[in-house]
Amino acid sequence: MNRIQSLFESKPTGVLSVYFTAGFPHLDDTTVIIRELERQGVDMMEIGIPFSDPMADGPVIQQSNGIALSNGMTLKKLFGQLEGIRGEVSAPLVMMGYLNPVIQYGAENFCRRCAEVGADGVIIPDLPFSDYLRDYKPLARRYGLSFIMLITPETSDERIRLIDEHTEGFIYMVSSASTTGAKDRFDEKTLDYFRRINAMKLKHPRLIGFGVSGKETCDAAQQHADGAIIGSSFIRLLSQNSIGEAVAKLITNIKN
Amino acid sequence: MNYHADQNGYYGIFGGAYIPEILHSNVEKLRDAYLRIMNEEGFKKEFHGLLRDYVGRPSPLYFARRLSEKYGARIYLKREDLNHTGAHKINNTIGQILLARRMGKLRIIAETGAGQHGVATATVCALMNMQCVVYMGETDIARQALNVRKMEMLGAEVRPVASGNKTLKDATNEAIRDWCCNPSDTHYIIGSTVGPHPYPDMVARFQSVISEEIGQQLSEHEGRDHPDYLIACVGGGSNAAGTFYRYLNDERVKLIAVEAAGRGMETGESAATIHLGREGIIHGSRTLVMQTEDGQIVEPYSISAGLDYPGIGPIHANLSAARRAEVLAATDDEALRAAFELTAIEGIIPALESAHALAALAMKTFRPHDVVALTVSGRGDKDMDTYLAHFDKFNRRP
Repeated sequence: MNRIQSLFESKPTGVLSVYFTAGFPHLDDTTVIIRELERQGVDMMEIGIPFSDPMADGPVIQQSNGIALSNGMTLKKLFGQLEGIRGEVSAPLVMMGYLNPVIQYGAENFCRRCAEVGADGVIIPDLPFSDYLRDYKPLARRYGLSFIMLITPETSDERIRLIDEHTEGFIYMVSSASTTGAKDRFDEKTLDYFRRINAMKLKHPRLIGFGVSGKETCDAAQQHADGAIIGSSFIRLLSQNSIGEAVAKLITNIKN
Repeated sequence: MNYHADQNGYYGIFGGAYIPEILHSNVEKLRDAYLRIMNEEGFKKEFHGLLRDYVGRPSPLYFARRLSEKYGARIYLKREDLNHTGAHKINNTIGQILLARRMGKLRIIAETGAGQHGVATATVCALMNMQCVVYMGETDIARQALNVRKMEMLGAEVRPVASGNKTLKDATNEAIRDWCCNPSDTHYIIGSTVGPHPYPDMVARFQSVISEEIGQQLSEHEGRDHPDYLIACVGGGSNAAGTFYRYLNDERVKLIAVEAAGRGMETGESAATIHLGREGIIHGSRTLVMQTEDGQIVEPYSISAGLDYPGIGPIHANLSAARRAEVLAATDDEALRAAFELTAIEGIIPALESAHALAALAMKTFRPHDVVALTVSGRGDKDMDTYLAHFDKFNRRP
């Protein structure tokens, strides 16, 4: 059983996962951020692989990608930084990035290096499900990685069942039709969608992301699914605070 | 060999739909609807009616006598520059807006680089009374002020894009993000044979009127329905796809695609994606991409804003890989020389994009009876500032 499954077994509700862009604000912050997130009680970390053209991301994450790249971050450097992280951190780690850098690195090389540094999951938002089944699912199995797929309010029930059947770890529920970015609250239509998915009784746990930032949205996500994913609002905090303070403020924001 | 898209939108290994999940259902609906709608009699009648009465088609196939003498072949120019709005772009925007209306969409978005596709989109939105938002990089807005004003006069909202290098690639990212946020009421009119399936195939089909007409017009002029050579410039590849379409599988016809070499292939300032790119993913399509070793997409350079794209339509990546098309590259200077030459000896000021196709004439050796059809994809009005800046160097009477 990998660390993602163990997490959801030991903590069936209220999981908190946090995304950050590797190489932002500074090239060498990656492991500092991961350690600090774990120390302050975050359950899972999503390590963003920066890309020049992040088409599913809003302005905050776009900017962090641009800065990370100008800081000189590459996938090769990132794996180098993560070497040894497993001696220090026990929370599940998920690598998240767009398909093109993964293809250039080599799909199998990428999966092998993920496994070597102790990553547990992979999220590639522009990887088509059919390509996943054909090319990546066998690799995921070989290297013990969970490939996590996204579902959205536009995803049909049939497709959700297919994703539930063929992926592992958890299902990433995109809260609404949008790119990434903070929202103050979810509207009734969004909550209806949360309820509809909840009623499907899927095999896998679900985490809600996109638009989750403060207490209200985080509570809603944790109430209607197994937990929440926070990205943009943490990136914003990182740009204005030290790493320790940014994590502390994040935790305060979602509790109050 | 079949050089058309298969049912999943692949041309060989290129194509497909690499999109965020939020767009999956939208793209799927478009994929399921486009061929059915395009084949309806009512659609065809309305589309071809507008192409005739509004765009001014068929565009002439002009036998260029002096150009033919100079290059020793029978050279015909397909005059897309004479279309309403000044380029081939409107063939596609008319088709897509009719499709969008039949799919019940209320709002149109588009990306634009130099502004030609933006103007063509704003034009059909005015015609059809639909809301229109055009994304355009801030750099392009600054250098294409006239087209920005045209779009605004036509009722479109031009949204400046400040991300990345603030040009076409970034405008396309921003249009895709808009579509992610408004999937149900919005149709995205992509301007070239790029993007996720079904766009490359759909745009190629709407542009295929160019090669249909070439066939009919050559029958009248030459007594045969096919040329020996077809020549077109490629940025994303829509005018080339339209020019080649009918002849893709007709190996009697040699296809020549001309990329923008910019300041030269070795200079690092080039937009010759087929020559310099590697297989990758851009804007939802698996194709050749200009990128770093690490898979970051790089900003291309060409004097011509319409060829300034770091990807290439998957149809052309495949034509090149299969050696069905010969892919040449013309530098800024070669294109400028060709533009001044056409102006001087035929009285036609071409768009800078089309000038790259014209530059290929000097790179090939033809036999005197070879029939060459070359697409002049647009007119040079928008490029007058550039032409004037290079006037003294290139304005030599032949």
